Amino acid sequence: MHITKDLVAASATPLVLGILAEGESYGYAILKQVNELSGGHLEWTDGLLYPLLHRLERLGHVESTWHSPVEGRRRKYYRITDQGLKELAEQRRQWAAVVDTLRGVWNAGTSLRPIPAPAWGVTG
Amino acid sequence: MTVDSNNDLEKQIAEWRAYMRRRRELHQTDAEELEDHLRGRIADLTEAGLQADEAFLIAVKRMGSLDELSREFAREHSERLWKQLVLTGDDGGAPSAAKRRELPIMIACAAGAALAIKAPGLFGVDMNDDDSGFYLRNMGLFALAPLAAYFAWLRRVRPAVVGVLVALFALGAVAVNAYPMGIDTQTIVLSTIHLPIALWLVVGVAYTGGDWRSDRRRMDFIRFTGEWFIYFVLIALGGGVLTAFTVGTFSAIGLNAETFVGNWLVPCGAVAAVVVAAWLVEAKQSVVENMAPVLTRVFTPLFTVTLLVLLGAIAWTSNGIDVQRDVLIIFDLLLVVVLGLLLYAISARDPAAPPGVFDKLQLALVVSALVIDVLVLAAITGRITEFGFTANKTAALGENLVLLANLAWSAWLFLGFVRGRLPFGRMEHWQTRYLPVYAAWAWIVVLVFPPLFDFA
Repeated sequence: MHITKDLVAASATPLVLGILAEGESYGYAILKQVNELSGGHLEWTDGLLYPLLHRLERLGHVESTWHSPVEGRRRKYYRITDQGLKELAEQRRQWAAVVDTLRGVWNAGTSLRPIPAPAWGVTG
Repeated sequence: MTVDSNNDLEKQIAEWRAYMRRRRELHQTDAEELEDHLRGRIADLTEAGLQADEAFLIAVKRMGSLDELSREFAREHSERLWKQLVLTGDDGGAPSAAKRRELPIMIACAAGAALAIKAPGLFGVDMNDDDSGFYLRNMGLFALAPLAAYFAWLRRVRPAVVGVLVALFALGAVAVNAYPMGIDTQTIVLSTIHLPIALWLVVGVAYTGGDWRSDRRRMDFIRFTGEWFIYFVLIALGGGVLTAFTVGTFSAIGLNAETFVGNWLVPCGAVAAVVVAAWLVEAKQSVVENMAPVLTRVFTPLFTVTLLVLLGAIAWTSNGIDVQRDVLIIFDLLLVVVLGLLLYAISARDPAAPPGVFDKLQLALVVSALVIDVLVLAAITGRITEFGFTANKTAALGENLVLLANLAWSAWLFLGFVRGRLPFGRMEHWQTRYLPVYAAWAWIVVLVFPPLFDFA
């Protein structure tokens, strides 16, 4: 199954914020987690995660720190802020509304009838 | 993974990193973050059984195309597309030792300039008394000596060159102060105008670090002059706003700040701004597009049209040029502007490029300025033979001839270039070789004119 670009883009922010809400993490780990959670259906171009993370940082939803281990390379970790948690709650509400609406449509099935077009302007 | 394949991988990653660093949208830290990601992906793929080079290829592919990546980074960090003048350090990387040295030297020289202009006050030479003539005469010295010191220090010029610089500044100081010129004589006004010009070219010697015979260094100095002028004007505009607010806000609380502004803020600020502007030009040299050539591009067509219309009007109405007192000065300034347009077009031009429309436009500009100037000279010679020479007239006439000679030969070289007979380098060479002529003329006016015209 291939998920369209628009849907991937729309879901990226809540996904990242949701993952960071579980605890501090770094780019590659976030990406792997997205992959696992979606069962491989959500295909992200790896690099594009970083502009998104930087945008969330600029907006104040996440904050970042460089951790330098004694041995090895330093790595940039991201942590969600209080404002980010609020944003996540807001996004959840919005997505719940969308999902509920969609579910309504899927479940209604045949009970939804097309509305006949009104007969305007043909009397001329 | 064997040591060998590990080395190969490191090499591949290093190449990839270098490739990333070429993108202005991606900063050092971004590249580092992406590299960490790349390494994470490669490690996972090799663990799953892939060879290092296969893993590298897949990891790079999954990272996305560099174009797309830098576009996204640019969207998020749009400020990076605007070259920024960062005063301390560049995106986290450590600035070079030379760059670190620049700032303290600049501050020292600017502070020295500000102190120096107040120093005569300690000896009772007051700014707003009858002594104001002293400051006027020595303006060039106060403003440019710190600048020369700044470049001499920055470029670590040889002691011999320092000696020459000191001697020339001393010569200028002696000339303007020792000659018994009255405050409202023509000669003192001429000295006041020409000493800064002469000393500016002395600053050029310091700017080139003593390598003042080199054409390339001289051209650099010409570029520097244009940019410095623009920065100085910008700083002066900012200073004007600061002054207005200082006077306005203090008068609102019933304090008179005008004495402070007149005696401290303006003179100290102006001499310090000379050094600060120079430092800014140097600091932003590789960061911001040069401004003088841009202005040249805008104004060359406009000036050309104006001069051609003026010529047409002279021919149409057959009105002679009305030779008033100041008319020579105006046409001198016109020649200076035309020469400036020419110089800054040259300074930014790729010498290897073939002649284009802009070059023809420039030729038209120079030729029309020459024709107009010849008309002016013809008109003025009659007047001078009638009323005799004064210091002002002689200076204005001399300047006119110096500029005329330059432009006439420039026009000839330009014509050769446009017709494809001469290389453009000749033009550059001519302009840089001509610089000592300006220096010589300015020194003549400063040193020879006062005794020649009896200090009148």
